[in-house]
Amino acid sequence: MSVLNIDNLNVTFDTEKGQLRALRDVSFEVPERCIVGVVGESGCGKSTLINAILGLLADNGQVESGKIEFNGQLDLAQLGSQAMQELRGVQISTVFQDPMGALNPVISVGKQMQHIQYRSKLNRAEKDANSEQMLRRVRIPDPESALSRYPHEFSGGMKQRIAIAMALMMEPALLIADEPTTALDATLEVATIELLKDLQSQIGCSILFISHHLGVIAELCDEVVVMYAGEVVERGTTRQIFHNPRHPYTERLLLCDPAGQAERTRNLPTIPGEIPDLRVRPTGCIFAARCHCREAICDTVPPEVEVDGHRARCHRLAA
Amino acid sequence: MILTVRNVEVTFRVGPWYRRQPILGVAGVSFEVAAGETFALVGESGSGKTTLANAINGQQVISNGSVDFMGKRVDTSSPRQLKPLRQYMAMMFQDPVGSLSPRMRVRDMVAEPFHIHRVQVNVQEETERLLGLVGLSGEFADRYPHQLSGGQARRVGVARAIALNPKLIIADEPTAGLDVSVQGEVLNLLNDLRERLDLALIIITHNLHVVHHIADRMAVMYLGRVVETGDTERIFQSPAHPYTATLLSANPEPDPDKARNRISLPAEVPSLLARPTGCEFHTRCPWVQEKCLREQPHVNGEDLAIACHYPLAPGALPPTSRTTA
Repeated sequence: MSVLNIDNLNVTFDTEKGQLRALRDVSFEVPERCIVGVVGESGCGKSTLINAILGLLADNGQVESGKIEFNGQLDLAQLGSQAMQELRGVQISTVFQDPMGALNPVISVGKQMQHIQYRSKLNRAEKDANSEQMLRRVRIPDPESALSRYPHEFSGGMKQRIAIAMALMMEPALLIADEPTTALDATLEVATIELLKDLQSQIGCSILFISHHLGVIAELCDEVVVMYAGEVVERGTTRQIFHNPRHPYTERLLLCDPAGQAERTRNLPTIPGEIPDLRVRPTGCIFAARCHCREAICDTVPPEVEVDGHRARCHRLAA
Repeated sequence: MILTVRNVEVTFRVGPWYRRQPILGVAGVSFEVAAGETFALVGESGSGKTTLANAINGQQVISNGSVDFMGKRVDTSSPRQLKPLRQYMAMMFQDPVGSLSPRMRVRDMVAEPFHIHRVQVNVQEETERLLGLVGLSGEFADRYPHQLSGGQARRVGVARAIALNPKLIIADEPTAGLDVSVQGEVLNLLNDLRERLDLALIIITHNLHVVHHIADRMAVMYLGRVVETGDTERIFQSPAHPYTATLLSANPEPDPDKARNRISLPAEVPSLLARPTGCEFHTRCPWVQEKCLREQPHVNGEDLAIACHYPLAPGALPPTSRTTA
């Protein structure tokens, strides 16, 4: 059974210049005890996807159609705000990109960790004990005294670890991590990834990991979803995506990463062109305008082709 | 040498007025950059890269050492003396959109350097030529920064930087915040301009993959000091300083099956208020030995300078390394 099952999700925003289709027919699953990575560049709809799952879309946005099934029963897209509130933080929790922004600068870490346990019937001392134990698990040195300190007294990496501790406190079924390592240095990034991996296997939760950093995704995730301009263009296991990319966008994206180039080169590959305006979506393949193997047929909607669970939306594969 | 940095120190005073204490943001850095060369400054946040760039540019008062640019002292020059020098030394700041004024059009921002330095040119023509050079078509000239994507804003930054035919461009994290598919464009552009205009480039970054492709030489900084400098290719093949080796091994690569001989770093970066004794990396170094706690290593070697008592042999693995498949 999968923890999260997104089926043909469409999200639109009403803007002054007309309706903007931010997500089109997005489908993927997050299986139990699995880390699923979502890769894509800015404007691909990563944040919209998270907000749709959490029920936090802006006022001008709505889920037009499709299902967001949680734990095989609840459809988050239909859930009222009260019911959603009950889920957030208990069943689904989130770690965001900016650790400083996630913590309140004028309240001590211990107090904040008490606050997020507001649903629990435990007394204060017990909650503190919980917090301390959680801080120990994320390897904060001297967790007892850490409780009485304020966010600014911690380094960026420690703040992010505290945010992770807070998110995992209630042992949620699903953790959504939105670029949690982007603001960190390389050595801390690696340490944070390893920590997330350890905690995930201890707690047994699933993680939906959003990132644009291909190296991090390759290292952490079991499965990968590649998004472009609001569509899922390809998905499969991490090995399938990285060793045998089938969609031209994924292919080019991997090529563009300077880390993917073993040979030193002065002329780095790029993807020319720009993401299409989502108000006037092209009728055919969304990537056609920038694609290096474009043909006439690309002006029609491409089929999703599946081989061993590895799916990609491209005409080239259907032939 | 177009730029010579000798033993530069930058001191900040921190703390409340009754307990003010000095800290060394940059603690004695020396390097040289030749015309037409790309030099990379690498290090984690807080290692003093940006402070050093500001010192080179004359925006930061230095407490020791000297900065020579095109045969003139930058650090002792008055603002009036600096102005003509700045014409030949351009900065590209970290945040591509944030470094552009939100209330000016692209056209005016690109033309601004000509007005500031009172350069007599046909501004209209020059602006169009510059925008063409960085690959922005004429329609962008009348846009405001919020109408540009990150990559386009970066291009405007490049156009401004090359407007006055500088000899040196200091680019602070030129690819930060850019998508992978656009990153290459900006780096290719900088490289192309460097070749065509015989520019020297200083790239400040923490992205080692970028450094590998673009820089001729590099310096690795830790706590305001350079721990290793040398030829990029050589450093990537066999890093000699443990910190460099760690940084290189901490670079996640887009290959799920790659065996990773990762060197894990214990502890956090020490505070500048309490610099460790001896070798300042000893608190985190997996190869630490007794001598490292007591004696400070000095930079040795000319081509490949390393500040370490026990430089690593090529391919050395730390005593406690873990291999994860």
